[in-house]
Amino acid sequence: MKNHLLNVVVLVGIVTAATLALLKNIPLAPVQASAEGAVTDWLFGLHINVIAFLFALIMVFMLYSVFVFRREPGSLETGEYFHGNTPLEIVWTIAPLITVLYFGYLGAVTLKDITSPGQNELVVNVTGSQWAWKFEYPDSGLTSNTLVLPVGRTVKLEMTSLDVIHSFWVPEFRVKQDLLPGVTKTLRVTPTLPGEYKLRCAEICGRDHAYMVAPVQVLSASAYEAWVNSQVSEAQAAESAPPAERGKTLAQVQGCLACHSADGSPGNGPTWAGLYGEEITLADGTTVTADDAYLKTAIVDPGAQIAEGFPNIMPPTYGDVLSEEQIADIIAYIKSLNE
Amino acid sequence: MKTFFSLGLIRGIVSQLIVTAIGMGITVAVRVAMGLPAWKAEPAAVVGALLGAIGFMFGVGALTDWLKWMKGEETPMRHGPPKDKPAWTRYFTVDYNHKIIGVQYTVTGIALIGIAGSLAMIFRLELSAPGLQFLTADTYNTFMSAHGIVMIGGILLGVAGAMNYLVPLMIGASDMAFPRLNAFGFWVTVPAALLIVSGMVFGGWDTGWTGYPPLSARAPLGIQLFFLGVYFIGLSSILGALNLLVTVARMRAPGMTLFRMPIFVWASVATSLIALTATQLIALSFLMVLVQRLLGMGFFDPNLTPEAVAMGAPPGNPLLFQHLFWFYSHPAVYVFILPGLGIISELLPVFARKPLFGYKWIAMSSLTIALVGFLVWAHHMFTAGMEEYLRLPFSYTTLLVAVPTGVKFFSWVATLWKGRISLETPMLFVLGAISVFLIGGLTGPPNGTVTTDLQLHDTYWIVGHFHATMFGGFVFPFFAAIYYWYPKVTGRMFSETLGKLHFWLMTPSFWVMSLVQQQIGLMGMRRRIADYDPALGIQAQQVAITIAGYIIFASVLVMIYNLVYSYRHGKIAVANPWNSRSPEFQIPSPIPEHSYEQPFLVTGEPYDYGLEGSVYISIKPDIANAPVAAK
Repeated sequence: MKNHLLNVVVLVGIVTAATLALLKNIPLAPVQASAEGAVTDWLFGLHINVIAFLFALIMVFMLYSVFVFRREPGSLETGEYFHGNTPLEIVWTIAPLITVLYFGYLGAVTLKDITSPGQNELVVNVTGSQWAWKFEYPDSGLTSNTLVLPVGRTVKLEMTSLDVIHSFWVPEFRVKQDLLPGVTKTLRVTPTLPGEYKLRCAEICGRDHAYMVAPVQVLSASAYEAWVNSQVSEAQAAESAPPAERGKTLAQVQGCLACHSADGSPGNGPTWAGLYGEEITLADGTTVTADDAYLKTAIVDPGAQIAEGFPNIMPPTYGDVLSEEQIADIIAYIKSLNE
Repeated sequence: MKTFFSLGLIRGIVSQLIVTAIGMGITVAVRVAMGLPAWKAEPAAVVGALLGAIGFMFGVGALTDWLKWMKGEETPMRHGPPKDKPAWTRYFTVDYNHKIIGVQYTVTGIALIGIAGSLAMIFRLELSAPGLQFLTADTYNTFMSAHGIVMIGGILLGVAGAMNYLVPLMIGASDMAFPRLNAFGFWVTVPAALLIVSGMVFGGWDTGWTGYPPLSARAPLGIQLFFLGVYFIGLSSILGALNLLVTVARMRAPGMTLFRMPIFVWASVATSLIALTATQLIALSFLMVLVQRLLGMGFFDPNLTPEAVAMGAPPGNPLLFQHLFWFYSHPAVYVFILPGLGIISELLPVFARKPLFGYKWIAMSSLTIALVGFLVWAHHMFTAGMEEYLRLPFSYTTLLVAVPTGVKFFSWVATLWKGRISLETPMLFVLGAISVFLIGGLTGPPNGTVTTDLQLHDTYWIVGHFHATMFGGFVFPFFAAIYYWYPKVTGRMFSETLGKLHFWLMTPSFWVMSLVQQQIGLMGMRRRIADYDPALGIQAQQVAITIAGYIIFASVLVMIYNLVYSYRHGKIAVANPWNSRSPEFQIPSPIPEHSYEQPFLVTGEPYDYGLEGSVYISIKPDIANAPVAAK
């Protein structure tokens, strides 16, 4: 008995070490780019240690028994007769209990770490919709389709959805938060590594869920300043631009073009190319001319007059999001696509 | 031909089609009477599908006896194969014998698992390269969603099959407590499965099996058929659980005290407690979305219509759905795995020739998992945006599940320790189950601590994790059970060679599939996406998962061939091919119509392998002279 136990103990040690060596040498995460990520990766590493040990413990005991305590099929030999061992059962109830409670405690402490407010937080409003992302910077009044963040400063993301549930996930940041319609949810990230990443929607949100991706740029503090300044002056320049130009920019940042193409290619909504002034057949069989009045209705109350062959999926919230002038700009842009 | 049309199944389907058409007609008539446009697809489909499923139950004859009772007519219990028809027709017709119903459940379950697996084969091929090859985003979403729910249906039927067949035999009951209810429970799953599969054809749906609103509230029409199908399968699950609990409580053989029951019976009780009390919640959550779509009841709709706002109605809450849904759907995974873990515990002593280590601890761990399982549902919602203070308590309860699960693992290896182990096909699958369930179990705690879950949630890590728990906790043990009890069901032996081939194809492939899924999840692969970013650098892994998946699929085809071929050509089975002490192995193979000629008497412990002169049951006891305690 002593011999078998000793063999197994040695083997468990070896297999634990081998499993750990293997796990530490295969990539188990993309590059870590946030302060929160450091905490998460530390806790995950601790989990991996326990996983490697328990894996070795069970597999070695099982495979050792299978190889050493073997019997030919059909033989009537019997094993050693014992029913159980209460002290042993108590040990393997209490020891895991203590371990999981300890992990629960670590989970609580680390969760506090990664959710506490930072100093001088940068607020970014994130809006998800089928299937586009939009980022607004209340400080500077900017709106962007790229999430641009300065390194080393905690970002407070105030997130909401216009339609169904989406989820904010940048794998390099190691945190995730769903976006719900009708409410605002907060997520904090402190980027630590300048670079280009991707925001990927992690909650299934319908047909083009796989493609609900937005670029993320983490810049040095000075580069971020420069970006803000250039965007602000671009926005100022855009204000004096002709309405159709302004409408084009709006259509990009508001995500309109994710569903409505400007070049006639098919999408989830009718293309805008050549749309203005056309006779449109609606889902109920009636027809309507795509004039200013129709287009405005289609933007603020999209469910009212659905074009035939298209799903009724456009968020009904653009009346609140866009001003009268902005709607007029977008219509001017649609008009310009006929030329 | 006459035989064909006398089959209950065919009558049921024909009746379902006719009544569905009538239901649609009624909808049109009501709409016309209300002055609405006559045709609208969704109400017609929902009313038609609902009535059609009831029509199936009339047509198949599952309600016949109850209708006769209403009229005061006698309905004597039918036994044995039908007198004027071939014996095989019983399997396609309402039959009250629990062994027939067990086979009906099991075979239907395997068929559903086969359909769901075929869907996976289609989209796994699609995923073996980035970009969309031959599926569209819509077809991918429908196949992926249907794969999930059809698998779940198949697993529930497989679980019901094993419990129906085995539990009455193991406790020495002549049948289940309510045979007609038992038949009803099986047959209602057939129209349910037809509804779910037809949902794929009539519009499909794009929500995954979880059907979260608001997405499900705006999904294509197919989702309504999916909701109704799940509703009826849930009904079957509730009725089956009720029946099983009554059977175990009331119909045990003399001397079969609770702690002398075969351990699988304990697992079945734990599973049935969950199924009886939690299934209502998924039915409710789906029903609420169904009527939200159909009647505009905005339970989960945050965007109210102007009319509703004017009336002062509060907005709906999408998170409410997730709470209701997971209150069942988390415990549901224990419904799937507890019977499987019971099968592992049941078979290990037989092939290790040694008592089950810590019988009472294993029995209690099943109950503990079932009870703790009710308190962990919100760990599916750590990123969902529920109140933040709720995350930690659910993190602790989730981690607690590891304790009773650990007791099972430790008891299993202690059962093997110093045994005399032989490796026939059922035992191979038991060992495979332990190894695979170990992967699934060990990858659980990182999802239980909130910090790490914020990274892991909704990734392929989770996909790898739950496929390992489902394969280790259900698929491998279910296959072990099929091989182990096949001789008792058919009276023939299966081919050991093909059984071993099945095992050695499936097990390494599954390890590869699950571990690689987890790795690409950690690298940034999300769940439920039709296409992935080549920049993730996971192309080779995707190919590996696809190949492994195909080998698993092929290995299951080997099993099906083995089972079908051996049914006619296998070696004639002896009564007790594995030298088991379990009661069902003390009677001939195949098991006679009335399993035991008379109630047996329990005189010893179930798993006393290696104890000289001990017997578990005496099959022809002299009841009159039995010890008083045993009566």
